[in-house]
Amino acid sequence: MTAVLEISGLRKTYRSRKGVRKALDGFDMVVEAGQVHGFLGPNGSGKTTTLRTLLGLIKPNDGRMAILGREVPRLLPEVAGQVGAIVESPQFFGNFTAETTLSLLADAGGVNPHRVPAVLELVGLRDRSKERVKTYSLGMKQRLAVASALLKEPKLLILDEPANGLDPGGIREMRTLMRTLSESGMTVLLSSHILGEIQLICDSVTIIAAGRRVTSGSVSSVLATHASATVKVRLEPGVDLAGAAAVLRAAGAAVTLEKDHFTVGNASNPAQITKLLAEKQIYVAELTPVSADLEDVFLELTGTAPVDGANRQVDQVAATTTQGGWGQ
Amino acid sequence: MSLYKAETRRLVKRRFTRFFVLLTVLVLGLVAAGVAYSNEKVTPASLQAAQARADSSFAEDTKSAERDRADCATNPSRYGGDCDNLWTPSKDDYQAANYLTSQFDFRDSFPAMLITLAALLALVAFVIGASFVGAEWNSGGMMNLLLWRPQRVRVLSTKLAALLVSLTGLTVVVGAAWTGLFWLIANLRGTTERMTSGVWQSIGLMGLRGLALVLVAGAIGFAVASIGRHTAAALGAAIGVIVVFQFGLAIVLELARARFYEAYLLPAWFVAWMFKSYEVYDTYGPCEYSATDGCTPASFTITWQLSGSVVAGLTIIIVGAAMWTMRKRDIT
Repeated sequence: MTAVLEISGLRKTYRSRKGVRKALDGFDMVVEAGQVHGFLGPNGSGKTTTLRTLLGLIKPNDGRMAILGREVPRLLPEVAGQVGAIVESPQFFGNFTAETTLSLLADAGGVNPHRVPAVLELVGLRDRSKERVKTYSLGMKQRLAVASALLKEPKLLILDEPANGLDPGGIREMRTLMRTLSESGMTVLLSSHILGEIQLICDSVTIIAAGRRVTSGSVSSVLATHASATVKVRLEPGVDLAGAAAVLRAAGAAVTLEKDHFTVGNASNPAQITKLLAEKQIYVAELTPVSADLEDVFLELTGTAPVDGANRQVDQVAATTTQGGWGQ
Repeated sequence: MSLYKAETRRLVKRRFTRFFVLLTVLVLGLVAAGVAYSNEKVTPASLQAAQARADSSFAEDTKSAERDRADCATNPSRYGGDCDNLWTPSKDDYQAANYLTSQFDFRDSFPAMLITLAALLALVAFVIGASFVGAEWNSGGMMNLLLWRPQRVRVLSTKLAALLVSLTGLTVVVGAAWTGLFWLIANLRGTTERMTSGVWQSIGLMGLRGLALVLVAGAIGFAVASIGRHTAAALGAAIGVIVVFQFGLAIVLELARARFYEAYLLPAWFVAWMFKSYEVYDTYGPCEYSATDGCTPASFTITWQLSGSVVAGLTIIIVGAAMWTMRKRDIT
């Protein structure tokens, strides 16, 4: 596959009187052609800085970036016509109508003005296109932002939180739109906090934390690599669950009792469970791995899982969970 | 060219631009109406009426003077004891011209009207220029535009070019209408006599200097708002300059008895530019002796060339700073 977007060793440092803050600390990312690529990270992790840097709005301190094989920001004007983007919340001049806003952008970018009604239709704003943008809801502004990004018929579409402010129907429409665009050959880079959406839409993901890439690859491979070590254990009916749990706890297992089963959270070797219980004449009826979803992987890798009684601060990242567990 | 076209469209479509242009036209209309109302054409009938009023005043004042003279003879102390020097009205003091409503003399009065127009348009150009780019920065429109045309200096300079060309068009059209309107007023409520080609040339050159003033004001408003990334930055800077560098500085310089202090203040440079020169006097310095004029204060002439060079230099520095910050600063 051809890489549509390549970033390597990207660094951006902000200096202020309060000190130096590394927004990006050697960040890498590759997006292959025709994919919908999810770009995930907690607040303040460097997602928007990465996108702004890529689009020439922020100057990096170091690193290499290329879009469609052209080095940016040096050759950005050459590829800008093939890149549609919205960065952060949609921002438009409130006193212009949606139609005027897009028509001015089409003029500025040398795009055929006939595209304007087509993209307004595509994002569902056709009937409200002659109203001032300041009368729009956040979701409608978001649709307009997507329309502006699609106006150029880009090869690469960069969307920062496109579902922000959309109603459930709008989120579903956006998902369908992403899929349709991807099927038509467009590459989509999608930054979002709605991890369920990312898991549904995206072919691949990159997760960023504290300005660095913590993982990347296809969604399935990321989930597989960071599969949960938790297993669900169900015993034969009538067997004392608490007794069985005590046996495993005595051996160092992290057991959580449920109504009719229990889970072992650090079961890196599930065979140990059956062995220990069989030695006590307790037989396992069901032993299944609890599959991790993207949210679990995200929280684990970025160290942003909530901790009871603690108020996590924006830049605060917990120490990476150590690999391995009980039973090895 | 497409970017230039888009920016011109954007400028013209803005409600702020339309509102300010409309307001300017309204103010100019009121000024013209006021001038038309307060002037009257001199006709044989109005001249005759004025002469009658002059004669009547002369007769009344002569009677009053005779009464005073008689009163003085009986009670000289009320008149300072000197009845011989009491004023006696003279027919020469009661000219019909003094009893006429003024008439609009195009040759004498239109330059002042041209300066009024230039000053008003310069103010409007400053505000529109500041708002044109300031609102774009503030609303995020500039960032949007840069996603389409990632050539920062080119985008800003195209915006500035669209502004300046539009301001030129506005000034030329309004200037022509203004001249036509006052030509009409002069015909109906005054005179267009003594209008030689030399006078027209002088008015034309003054108009061109007025146009330059409008463009400079627009460019400075645009540049300061771009540096501050907000319309308020330019308006704040303008208020700051007026308060600090005009009122504040004028008071400080006067208290310090600074020499040629007017040369530090903007109005002197503005007047020098529009009227071709302005004389600044050293009222606090030693006088200069002259056998004919005696002791007169030293003076310094600000020519329109000097004024133009200083303002052009200042404009280049401010616009250059706007381009430099556009090129260097992150857009967040």
